[in-house]
Amino acid sequence: MAHSMHNRAIFGVILFAMIIAILPWLFKLSSATAYYTDVMVFVAIHSIIAAGLSLLLGYAGQISLGQAAFYGVGAYVSGILTTKLGISPWNAMIAGMVLAALLAYLVGVPALRLKGHYLAMATLGFGMIAYIFFNEFLALTGGPSGFGGIPHLSIFGLPLNSTLSFYYFAWTLAIIVLVISLNIIDSRPGRALRAIHDSERAAAAMGIDLSRAKTQVFLVSGVFGALAGSLYAHFVSYINPPPFDVFFSVKVLMMVTIGGIGSIWGAYVGAALLNFLPEWLTFLEDFDVLAYGFILLIIVMFSPSGLVGLFVKITEKLKTSTGSE
Amino acid sequence: MNQIEISSILQYVSTGISVGAIYALVALGFNIIYNVTEIINFAQGEFGVWGGLLLVMLIKSLGFPLFICFFIAVFAVSLLGALIYWLSIAPLQKPSILTKIIATIAISIILKGLAMFIWGKDPYALKPFVEGPPVQFAGAFIQTQTFWILGITLTMVLVLTFFYNSTVTGKAMRACADDSEAAGLVGISTTRMVLVSFALSAALGAVGGAIITPMTLMEYDRGSMLAIKGFSAAILGGLGSFNGAVAAGFILGLLEAFATGFISSSYKDAITLILLLTIIFWRPQGLFNRKAR
Repeated sequence: MAHSMHNRAIFGVILFAMIIAILPWLFKLSSATAYYTDVMVFVAIHSIIAAGLSLLLGYAGQISLGQAAFYGVGAYVSGILTTKLGISPWNAMIAGMVLAALLAYLVGVPALRLKGHYLAMATLGFGMIAYIFFNEFLALTGGPSGFGGIPHLSIFGLPLNSTLSFYYFAWTLAIIVLVISLNIIDSRPGRALRAIHDSERAAAAMGIDLSRAKTQVFLVSGVFGALAGSLYAHFVSYINPPPFDVFFSVKVLMMVTIGGIGSIWGAYVGAALLNFLPEWLTFLEDFDVLAYGFILLIIVMFSPSGLVGLFVKITEKLKTSTGSE
Repeated sequence: MNQIEISSILQYVSTGISVGAIYALVALGFNIIYNVTEIINFAQGEFGVWGGLLLVMLIKSLGFPLFICFFIAVFAVSLLGALIYWLSIAPLQKPSILTKIIATIAISIILKGLAMFIWGKDPYALKPFVEGPPVQFAGAFIQTQTFWILGITLTMVLVLTFFYNSTVTGKAMRACADDSEAAGLVGISTTRMVLVSFALSAALGAVGGAIITPMTLMEYDRGSMLAIKGFSAAILGGLGSFNGAVAAGFILGLLEAFATGFISSSYKDAITLILLLTIIFWRPQGLFNRKAR
């Protein structure tokens, strides 16, 4: 049973990677969709940060409203180290992830010992502090106007300076993150985490070290966030504080919840939806926020397992109804 | 020199008290809902925004005296609070903590979006409740609104104490907070009590927003900062404790005012937030509680 599930997951990832590989060529067929490749780069970046939160929400039953801070840490560490100290983009990226893990540890360890809403508020506070820091620490961050000139990443001497090359690079990482996440879910700690979600007391009685398992997954979510931020910095090559504000943390939460808590795929579906919706609903302008709020509430009220859960339910119903005939 | 210092300290104290009052009211709002439901309502700050903006709109459009508009605004926001519970929290099927948190976050996004839709993005000003020159005291200028803020906040605390100690509904709510199953057994409708707690909590938030608007202006996106400051006060005072919330609200307001005066206004929010994290780290049961929750 477990073995066949595993094969299905591998098949799913391969199919997904193939679709991702041909998408830019399909987008090129029409001038109206040509810029979708650009949007898809952001979908990849946001999928990575959303996958981290999805692990935390779906498998540790914990909520973070501070993922934007890790995203910002990744972006700013990459930006500052490469432009001001001349450190190579790859090393800067790793430095950002290490710092994010450290911060996640500092915030997570105390908050994760307490009930669910403590991590939510602690991370919300942490996100706000980080945002104030990005705005006020002029010497390092350039303040509200930010700074530019962040170099492109390059692989084997080939700079990733076109949208298409960065698309393939970002999606390669996003798919690696997907595979890592699927493995975490299937691993021993992952099963422990699912036990936590089902019943904290039962898990503790089985001898599972709850706060350690939760802290580990929170660290992973912070590292994924920083990786996404670093990709953002190297793709856009200019950073200022707004993309890293608290509302972005809320948006990541929406991606995971709308896509579907309890399924890593949901994070990818949610990231795609939240990036394409504003393109399709341009008439809403700033009020797209209102639409997201209602979508989020409707999902929470009527389909807590999100769009992916809805899809699974529908296919299962179709299967049983055809099976009984 | 000495004279200047005393006057500026008085100035900080008066600013701190007025800002602290709204933190206290928001913190009380958190506690009222938390005690009955164990829900932390992430939309708590939005009630303050709605209270303030609704008051400005009513005064401009109706032209009624301020105190009538004040009551209408507070009443309308408390209905909004009840409506939110009835439409979105009550229908949740066996919600986990996670689901409840996300539902209140969704509500806060909707309330913020609606506020932007109705009132736009610009901040709104409001005249002080009674116009008059600032009171001069030991070289400090204290705005008359400060006295209104302090007076109304203390009145709210007294009314709340009376409500919980001496009315049937208040006692029933306390029973639900202690043990909702046992309260149900003696015939108290938990659902109704939760509805009342949402209405009451929204009303308190609205009062806070309305009284602070003459001093700090009000705009659609002030809610999340209000919420986290109020939550910090609630945690500092010990989640669930009313007296603790009020004391902690004022402590937080004073701390911010002094931080602004002596350090820098750009880091005043960061100082409160770092305090919040420190409290969660060291004393999650709050400053005044001896036992851990």
